[in-house]
Amino acid sequence: MLTEPSTDPTAKEWTSDEPFLVVDDLTVKFPTADGLVQAVTGLSYQVELGKTLGIVGESGSGKSVSSMAVVGLHDPKRTRMTGSIRVGGTEVIGLSENKMRRLRGNDAAMIFQDALAALHPFYRVGSQIAEAYLSHHPSATKREAHQKAVSMLDRVGIPQPDQRVRDFPHQFSGGMRQRAMIAMALVNDPKLLFADEPTTALDVTVQAQILDLLQELQRDFGSAIVFITHDLGVIAEMADDVLVMYAGRAVEYGTCKEILTRPRMPYTWGLLESIPEVESDPTQRLLPIPGTPPSLLLPPSGCPFHPRCRFTGEVPGDLCERELPELEPATGDRAEHLKRCHLRNPAETLDRATALAAGEG
Amino acid sequence: MVTDTESMTPDTEPRTETSGGSTGDRPLLEVTDLVKHFPVKSSGVIRRVIGQVQAVDGISFTVDRGESLGLVGESGCGKTTTGRVLTKLYEPTSGSMVFDGTDLSPLSAKQMLPFRKDVQMIFQDPYTSLNPRHTVGSIVGTPLRVHDVVPKNKTLARVQELLELVGLNPEHYNRYPNEFSGGQRQRIGIARALALKPKLMVADEPVSALDVSIQAQVINLLQDLQKEFDIAFLFIAHDLSVVRHFCPRVAVMYLGKIVEVGDRESIYKNAHHPYTQALLSAIPDVKQAQVGGRRERIRLEGDVPSPINPPSGCRFRTRCWKAQDICAEQEPPLLQIGGPGGHFAACHFAEPYDSAIHDAAKAQAAADEEARRKAESAPEPAD
Amino acid sequence: MVGFVVRRLISAVLVVWITSMIVFAVFFYGPSDPGQTLCAQGTRCTPEKAERINESLGFNDPVVSQYGEWLGGIFVGREITIGSSPIDCPAPCLGVSYRTREPVTDIIKDRYPATLSLAIGGAAVFLTVGVTLGVIAARNRGTALDKSMVGGSLVVSSIPYYLLALLAFLYLVNKWGIFSSTSYEPFLDNPVAWASALLLPWLVIGLANSTSYARYSRGSMVEALSEDYVRTARAKGLRERRIVFKHALRAAIVPVVTIFGLDFSALLAGTIFTEQIFGIDGMGRTAILAIPLQNLPVISATVLIASALVVLANLLVDVMYSVIDPRVRLT
Repeated sequence: MLTEPSTDPTAKEWTSDEPFLVVDDLTVKFPTADGLVQAVTGLSYQVELGKTLGIVGESGSGKSVSSMAVVGLHDPKRTRMTGSIRVGGTEVIGLSENKMRRLRGNDAAMIFQDALAALHPFYRVGSQIAEAYLSHHPSATKREAHQKAVSMLDRVGIPQPDQRVRDFPHQFSGGMRQRAMIAMALVNDPKLLFADEPTTALDVTVQAQILDLLQELQRDFGSAIVFITHDLGVIAEMADDVLVMYAGRAVEYGTCKEILTRPRMPYTWGLLESIPEVESDPTQRLLPIPGTPPSLLLPPSGCPFHPRCRFTGEVPGDLCERELPELEPATGDRAEHLKRCHLRNPAETLDRATALAAGEG
Repeated sequence: MVTDTESMTPDTEPRTETSGGSTGDRPLLEVTDLVKHFPVKSSGVIRRVIGQVQAVDGISFTVDRGESLGLVGESGCGKTTTGRVLTKLYEPTSGSMVFDGTDLSPLSAKQMLPFRKDVQMIFQDPYTSLNPRHTVGSIVGTPLRVHDVVPKNKTLARVQELLELVGLNPEHYNRYPNEFSGGQRQRIGIARALALKPKLMVADEPVSALDVSIQAQVINLLQDLQKEFDIAFLFIAHDLSVVRHFCPRVAVMYLGKIVEVGDRESIYKNAHHPYTQALLSAIPDVKQAQVGGRRERIRLEGDVPSPINPPSGCRFRTRCWKAQDICAEQEPPLLQIGGPGGHFAACHFAEPYDSAIHDAAKAQAAADEEARRKAESAPEPAD
Repeated sequence: MVGFVVRRLISAVLVVWITSMIVFAVFFYGPSDPGQTLCAQGTRCTPEKAERINESLGFNDPVVSQYGEWLGGIFVGREITIGSSPIDCPAPCLGVSYRTREPVTDIIKDRYPATLSLAIGGAAVFLTVGVTLGVIAARNRGTALDKSMVGGSLVVSSIPYYLLALLAFLYLVNKWGIFSSTSYEPFLDNPVAWASALLLPWLVIGLANSTSYARYSRGSMVEALSEDYVRTARAKGLRERRIVFKHALRAAIVPVVTIFGLDFSALLAGTIFTEQIFGIDGMGRTAILAIPLQNLPVISATVLIASALVVLANLLVDVMYSVIDPRVRLT
């Protein structure tokens, strides 16, 4: 049913047709002493409640910068943002700091990679969670907040929560700390959660536990999750949709299945080929992407990936160098899978390249 | 190749055919019962030692010339400590490390000096392991100077040669580390380690801190260097996929002990130790995208126990679905269970993974828990 | 924690004891002659008289026995004879002033409150002013406000302290009469008079020292504000004020605590310039006047107290760390 999108950022019900998070043509630039850093350019994506968007990219891709922009974590004095970000119907860009603060940690929350650095070392875990709660429920009592902290720790699977609530972050193990951070982010029942490399620093068995937890919580709370990582395996298991970012732009966007089983952009191919897998032939040499990620001060002309792309020869003339490809549907005009590349027939190009490599190997 | 002197039976021939470079002479590195404990002191007026962090608690393995042995495990398993002890950055508490016929354990710093040429280390964090105040040329050239390997006027040429070998521009020897990217810095570290033509490189998580596309470049580089210079590697990592790619033989560590060792096939396709099985099942798989959703995996409960107070008997028993009484009483020795190149596992119930057994054990455990709960809350039986 | 404190106290006693021996040795082996100093006052001094005084003071005894006497006096008191009349010096006896023949302990008791008052008041000023300026500068990093604060603090810190104090006295007290004359009024007698009489010295000490605190706090705050946990606090939607004070400042204050401990103990040891310029009879003035007179007992007593204070300050600072930062396990 089509209802009016709620304009109150603290409303807990979201009944509109519009996805809860809509990012449209977002551009983020940082003026620095060396020049203008173009961290994010023309980014658009959407996330619905109960769904997970996986953002894949390496350092300098803009994945973290764009996510922090949604939650308003950039210093407005040192950042130039244009475009539109709508969280629960509320336009975030240009929103007053006061209103933004009420949205942060309440409607949209964020968890970070290094839980040890992200939690304040001097305060007990419980009080940090309670603080998050009290900040958005000013009429609650300290006791209520404490109770909430205990129940959240319990919810994320920390044993003996009533005792551990008084511990300091350094007294927790890595996995438990990450759980505590998740508890802190979810204490106010946000509809949108950003997870910025939450499991990158964790052991693989602990990572599996945390991913389990996130999925379980998503089922229970019905939140939209944006999962940022460079680990394609994690993306494959967690994401409904995938956005591949390179040099501050979206270069491929679509459903997880489409992107990972039928990738249509040389950077994505490169990523998939450069990771050693447990199933693949170990004696086969890895195919890394040559070169290094580009500078965001002076991005390459035309397609940002062209200096490292093996397939620029397949494109007539010097199109790759001159012109930035648009984000277009990969097959036909289905918007299910968008890619930013000049290759006319990427599937064929990839097949040929794979056959060639197999022949050589 | 692994030896466990207690369980070696005369008719087992744990000679591996898969290790390259070995020609029947003794292994390059033979570690036996290596132990490293860190003392824990009390906080009273007199600081007595009240316990030990048993970081590495009796491990044995060998590395042949030109071979790579992978050492995998999660945080706290002792793999990094092992690497540090091998390079004598820590002194071993006990045990022997015989390198090319000489036991390195009792050697003083001075006596170790000649061996430093042969055993080098690559570190994990390219951002903190290079001195930001030294030029690249100085970093790579210092080992040459210290060991007087090359006459002074030839040092620069050798440094540039090394930089080129690792894929860096030899003209950049005057630059400082902060002018390079993470991947390039790691290459500088490799060049430095390579300078003295070592026979053994201990690589401690050499690619974990790098971007995915750069990881592949560095792994390829290490493989090329290994082939060209016949360098043996002890490849320490927590990323099982990377290790599998690089190492024909892999040892799995848990809480200071080696729990399973074997060649690639044995470990990745035929793991017998429950921890290895759980570890492998936890790796997220890109192919899962075809099916969607999470892979079925073995769920390990809880956290790794403290290395100050490890569980009695088998250390893994507190998280193992197969644990029986014997597991608490007797520590399982590392026994050969097969494999052409020697496949060893330390488990009383070592066998390939059978989900039926796993599920049955889980069901049993759940039932026991339920029964216990009922018994606790049941009213006192009336007479 | 208890074990740590006990261990540190033991080593503190050791340090102070060794310091006392060193001080004693310096003056024993140095060119001093109390007999000469003492008898030069008033009446004519003959070498015999000086020698007699030295003898009565035990000056010709072996150094060990002299030290033993002195050390014993601290615990049980002793009788000191200068010339003919014995002076009773009750415990803790730190000797008797060569100039006034008073027990040094009494002198200290008399002068110390002034120094203490100066130290506490001055510290209060420079701590609050310095840290506040540092926080403001850090929050407005890079702006004109920040740059002018940093510049201003550099200017003030490059003015020698005695000049600053002197200028303050000359202009603010003498010429323009903004402040009435400064002196020490006992606190217990009249707190208001106490405060108003010391106000100017407090402000001068405060201003002069606030510059380094502003710089330290600024640097520390800039770092704290860029820490991950501050980003988390923002992501939680906390108010800016709370983030600055409860999250960033709490962490940034740690290095400031170290410096403060040392500075404060230095102040307690004697604010020499301040006391001299503002005419306050405190420990600093006493010490500085004792040196040209070779008034050994006074000098050694002040050195002893200073060393004890420094050691104590260090101990307190370390204990403070573990209170502020729960990760610090005192070993």
